[in-house]
Amino acid sequence: MSSGVSITMSDAAEVLKGSGAAGESLEVRGVSKSFGGLKAVQDFRLSLPPAALYGLIGPNGAGKTTCFNLLTGVYRPDQGEITLGGKSLIGLRPSEIAFTGLARTFQNIRLFGELSVFENVKLACHLRTTHSLAGVILRSGWQRSEEAAIRERARALLQVFRLHDRMDESARNLPYGDQRRLEIARALATGPKVLLLDEPAAGMNPQEKKDLRKLIREVRDVFGVSILMIEHDMGVVMDLCERITVLDYGVPIAEGTPYEIQKNPKVIEAYLGKE
Amino acid sequence: MASLQDRANLVPQSPLAAAWRVFWPLALALLVGVAMQHLVRPNIDAYPSKQILDVGIAIILAVSLTIVNGFTGQFSIGHAGFLAVGGYVAGSITYYGSFALFGSAGATLGTMSGLYGAKADAAFFTGGEGLFLFALLAGGLVSALLGVVVGLPSLRLRGDYLAIVTLGFGEIVRVLIQQTPQVLTSKDAIAAAKPLMVPLSVGGSLGFGNVPKYTSLFWVYAAVVLTLIIAYRLKQSSTGRAMLSIREDEIAAEAMGVKTTYYKVWGFVIAAFFAGIAGGLYAHTIGISLSPVDAGFQKSFDIIIMVVLGGLGSISGAAIAAAIVTYLPELLRTPDTLMKFAVVGVPMLVIGIALLGLAGRPDHKSPEKKRGHDPRAFPRFVIGLGVIITGLSLLAFLAKRFGINLSDYRLILFALALIVMMITRPQGLLGVRELWDGALYRPLRDFFTARRHKGGTA
Repeated sequence: MSSGVSITMSDAAEVLKGSGAAGESLEVRGVSKSFGGLKAVQDFRLSLPPAALYGLIGPNGAGKTTCFNLLTGVYRPDQGEITLGGKSLIGLRPSEIAFTGLARTFQNIRLFGELSVFENVKLACHLRTTHSLAGVILRSGWQRSEEAAIRERARALLQVFRLHDRMDESARNLPYGDQRRLEIARALATGPKVLLLDEPAAGMNPQEKKDLRKLIREVRDVFGVSILMIEHDMGVVMDLCERITVLDYGVPIAEGTPYEIQKNPKVIEAYLGKE
Repeated sequence: MASLQDRANLVPQSPLAAAWRVFWPLALALLVGVAMQHLVRPNIDAYPSKQILDVGIAIILAVSLTIVNGFTGQFSIGHAGFLAVGGYVAGSITYYGSFALFGSAGATLGTMSGLYGAKADAAFFTGGEGLFLFALLAGGLVSALLGVVVGLPSLRLRGDYLAIVTLGFGEIVRVLIQQTPQVLTSKDAIAAAKPLMVPLSVGGSLGFGNVPKYTSLFWVYAAVVLTLIIAYRLKQSSTGRAMLSIREDEIAAEAMGVKTTYYKVWGFVIAAFFAGIAGGLYAHTIGISLSPVDAGFQKSFDIIIMVVLGGLGSISGAAIAAAIVTYLPELLRTPDTLMKFAVVGVPMLVIGIALLGLAGRPDHKSPEKKRGHDPRAFPRFVIGLGVIITGLSLLAFLAKRFGINLSDYRLILFALALIVMMITRPQGLLGVRELWDGALYRPLRDFFTARRHKGGTA
């Protein structure tokens, strides 16, 4: 990944300009969720300003992915408030939350394996379409125009993510690192304001991780989206994130800049145990 | 903000082209229908025409089920329920409608109707045919409405649980039809019956055979063409991708903004509509007496076999499988024809084995192998096809020798075919691909490119 990327990225930005990726902040206050007697997340709070790059870390089983599932509507919080640009997301279906502007990737990659790379990204543009089913069956002019716009947007995104030369392959046939990047491209295609990345660097080799860091930063800069990421690789987190929240046993135990987090005794204790 | 629309607005639109896209499928449907009725039908015997007609109806059924089972990935095993509902509704409308409009239930065939053609002096289009067309659409619409009813449970259920609901639906339809009163066969009987009960008098378990016989190769193949075009347009659209994404991964689809329940219900509705149309065509076919069995599990299973063999999600695959599954019992009845298949099957076997030898062993570290390309895939396909064809002719030979009627065992053969298919090619004949997809022919390409590659490094 050399400078070639930034060139295509700005080209693509022209196509993708204002694709919904406008600055709005995500506010999470006092969100809790328990499963039976297990308190999975307690009093989770977060304030994600526009175009921010924040991290969510914690030991295994700390409830990080549960937080993502609460934000994206997979689970409904027992209490607390989640707003995006002032609009409450509580009680909305995941598809409605995606429409509001929250897109995510998955820890265990969830691509549409049988569909091609191109189709995966085109599908993610679907929620922004306005044509009717009658338009599909009659192939109305507007339906064709929107399909053309979808193709254009998907192609631009795939170029940004350097997946365009494999766009007709089935998603499942891509190498692992490419699948991770395709998931990010697909999430971006929904036109989000906030992007949630669940362990984007998992399973990547050092070179891929290095490329990924650059890519994530560029995505934030060019598209203007806020990014919240769960990541275990401290190199990636500390390098990328402006602020970090640490979860332990479902409770946020620390919040601050990477430097503050590294020095925080509670965080060190959570990761390494007490002496 | 609405950037997709902004970009879409930049795409030039032509009203003329849009009108053409509405017009050509209709024109093609008419053209194919007329060709079937006036070029094909007069040149073949009555019996094969009936078979060709059956194949057409099977294609509509299989393609409609593809939309539910193949696109949205919901496993429906009650599809025959929609067929029966469409058939009974349409049949009741034409039968009692004919009494009301024309005074008797006889068909008034125009030149396009009737499997064996109309009289030479028949009108081009009669009132009876108008009623028939209306009844077909009404049957489809009522069936589609029931599709909503069956689709709604899929809001909560998936997989096996939904399958059980659809099974229950088919059985409910079957039992309800069984309870209907006898067919009213005269004007007096109709006048004497309660008006509300008249259209419901469809014969119960005795069957409903008095439906006027309008169905012809014209109507069936016009419907086939429209069904295929609409299903294909659906598959090739954003909406179709939304349906396919549900099948691939419902959670991810929902996270990408696909209203999964909405599309699942729509899948049921569209599928039910076409199944209802197929039912209407079936009900008006000569020699057919609609009966509650048509809503039963056996019939549903026949359609599922077609869809699974053809490849879940492939329109052309379902159509091909529908033709094979409908026509194969006929072949099984005539072992002499089947035996001649060896002429094709044996050479295919020999050529396939020879090609496999040429392909050699793939280098496990080669980039082709890594990317799922295998030069042996194509020879294996040829051998597989050869085995099937040779096997069939061998079977015919044995059956003839021992005096067995193979068509009695057709269900065993289909079950066997399903088992073999699931083991050797679980994605079905064509997978999600269509016959004209380039990717389908990759094994062929791999075979030739890999050989060149091997030559370079050996």
